[in-house]
Amino acid sequence: MTKEVNSKIGVWLLFTLIISNYVVDLEASHHVYKRLTQSTNIKSPSVNQPYRTGFHFQPPKNWMNDPNGPMIYKGIYHLFYQWNPKGAVWGNIVWAHSTSTDLINWDPHPAAIFPSEPFDINGCWSGSATILPDGKPVILYTGIDPKNQQVQNIAEPKNLSDPYLVEWTKSPLNPLMAPDAVNGINASSFRDPTTAWLGHDKKWRVIIGSKIHRRGLAITYTSKDLLKWEKSTEPLHYDDGSGMWECPDFFPVTRFGSKGVETSSFGEPNEVLKHVLKVSLDDTKHDYYTLGTYDRVGDKFVPDKGFKMDSSAPRYDYGKYYASKTFYDSAKNRRILWGWTNESSSVEDDVEKGWSGIQTIPRKIWLDRSGKQLIQWPVRELERLRMKQVNLRNKVLNSRSRLEVYGVTAAQADVEVLFKVRNLEKADVIEPSWTDPQLICSKMNMSVKSGLGPFGLMVLASKNLEEYTSVYFRIFKARQNSNKYVVVMCSDQSRSSLEEDNDKTTYGAFVDINPRQPLSLRALIDHSVVESFGGRGRACITSRVYPKLAIGK
Amino acid sequence: MHLLVLNVLREKMMKTMMMMVMMAMMMGVAMGDIVDKTCKQTPDYSLCLSLLRSDPRSSSADTVGLGLILVDKIKALGTETLGQINMAYKTKPMLKKPLDECNLRYKTIVDVDVHTAIIAIKGNPKFAEGAIVDAGVEASVCEGGFPKGQSPITGLTQKMNEICDVTRAIVRMLL
Repeated sequence: MTKEVNSKIGVWLLFTLIISNYVVDLEASHHVYKRLTQSTNIKSPSVNQPYRTGFHFQPPKNWMNDPNGPMIYKGIYHLFYQWNPKGAVWGNIVWAHSTSTDLINWDPHPAAIFPSEPFDINGCWSGSATILPDGKPVILYTGIDPKNQQVQNIAEPKNLSDPYLVEWTKSPLNPLMAPDAVNGINASSFRDPTTAWLGHDKKWRVIIGSKIHRRGLAITYTSKDLLKWEKSTEPLHYDDGSGMWECPDFFPVTRFGSKGVETSSFGEPNEVLKHVLKVSLDDTKHDYYTLGTYDRVGDKFVPDKGFKMDSSAPRYDYGKYYASKTFYDSAKNRRILWGWTNESSSVEDDVEKGWSGIQTIPRKIWLDRSGKQLIQWPVRELERLRMKQVNLRNKVLNSRSRLEVYGVTAAQADVEVLFKVRNLEKADVIEPSWTDPQLICSKMNMSVKSGLGPFGLMVLASKNLEEYTSVYFRIFKARQNSNKYVVVMCSDQSRSSLEEDNDKTTYGAFVDINPRQPLSLRALIDHSVVESFGGRGRACITSRVYPKLAIGK
Repeated sequence: MHLLVLNVLREKMMKTMMMMVMMAMMMGVAMGDIVDKTCKQTPDYSLCLSLLRSDPRSSSADTVGLGLILVDKIKALGTETLGQINMAYKTKPMLKKPLDECNLRYKTIVDVDVHTAIIAIKGNPKFAEGAIVDAGVEASVCEGGFPKGQSPITGLTQKMNEICDVTRAIVRMLL
């Protein structure tokens, strides 16, 4: 390696690369394809499947969207999800069901909830699980009735001694909550009930996403027995102008430490709790959260200063990520976040490959020491998949240099990099008008040298770099003569594939870290998904790519 | 006596007719309002007006109804384009490969995207928006498959993109 004397930047690189060679559920896949080729009117998906993931949750075939009712019961994790049994687009939605003992390897079961009664005959849409004080789980979910109205229903396990809870029964009292002339609820904007929580008055509360014109709101209902519900006069929270609030989530977090808190918890003595309200905005197709306090007397969420529950709020993930939902893992005392990542390919591609939609790796989620943001990190169980390890230490990366990493299955890897940056004072000052990191990343592609950087990873790259996806940092000075810095993380898909019909939008996020410390970047690479974590979980970006050359070996 | 009765009858008829004309005029104004207001919020006001006014259902439709009318137009245009693609196989056999691709793409528009838009528009409009956006993508990718200047359907591609833009704007009002 020639020593570049005139380079502006010297970067010390501590590089640890771990390869994952584990492929999950291969047998289940084969099984399904056999059945498909026997069917005459469904077009068989292509046998060639370069984009199916090796370690991300996805069903063997067809369309999946929202994760539903995640929970743990008797040591077994459950994930339900919106699934179309008939094709690779949204429709005919049921609650498909899988279980796991480690959140990574999953066993499929028959659909748990599917249309069967008037209160859900036109669809079984999203919902959540609530664990009762005696440990029994129940599910609250949105059903679509014969008039195509959105109503809320309850289901419980048919047989509690079945550890897999395969069968569920629906209450004859359903629907428990429905729009009517008295409550004035908008019948096509009333869905996605959350996990319920107990108040000081021993009454259960649940919130349901809704809107009134452009006002997004979380409608609160209370109940003593989870069957008879009363609508509260005021919503838990609302925001004018944000549009429909889908998939709300409302949960406590400890002010300090990374342990999880049970949804109904009031906290330990001497333990300070904060609350998180999260919504999925229909309008922007992103998930946002706000930090605040829960006024238990008025049943209101009060955002902290600087937080507004609209599209200005921080996101869990600045890439393709929606309909996320958390649950409290009582076995390991942590809160876990699931999120749906849809395809960036065309519908024609999805129909041809026969599937659409994956879940991100479940992430542990907790409040940062600063109290100003949430941190996410892939669950530790993922690391059990690691097999061959490739280590690179103390590599200097000079300006415009590239270092190729060998000995890796490039399509299926877990990469962790630490960048130590020199000459920070040479960083350019950020333009005051640059407040949108996505625009910063889009306008300045990888070839533009500005600020300090770009430095990062090129993944799923073809031999001659006709195709690649780059995940990288740029560092700017906050102001002239300032010793404060702004770190931007970008995920650039613009050259990810020679295929024309992909969505190759570039994503960007600010990372709240001090670049005087080594900057950490972790990327989970899995055939058609790149899930990146900057600053040890301070900023997350998930993207979908479909290279035509950079596949296979 | 005869003449008097006839005159009274004629007056009554005139009054009724006048009332009917007035009512029709009032309804006409109301019809212009909803369609007019909606179209003003789309990227192509005049195209929106002409598409909606050509369908009698638009006079009593809400936003969902207007969206469905436009999805119908997407379906019709897609079907028309499929017909043109079929004819082009005979007149331009050297373009078989891109025509095959376009056949697939437009079948996706007509059979899949349109269906998704229809079932999603009322209760889960973001999926309808996604389907409409995809229709535009499929049309553009099909067009891009022809060597420059050799596409037999350039005008139809353009029309599809324009209609999809307007339809998308209307569906976004439901989000």
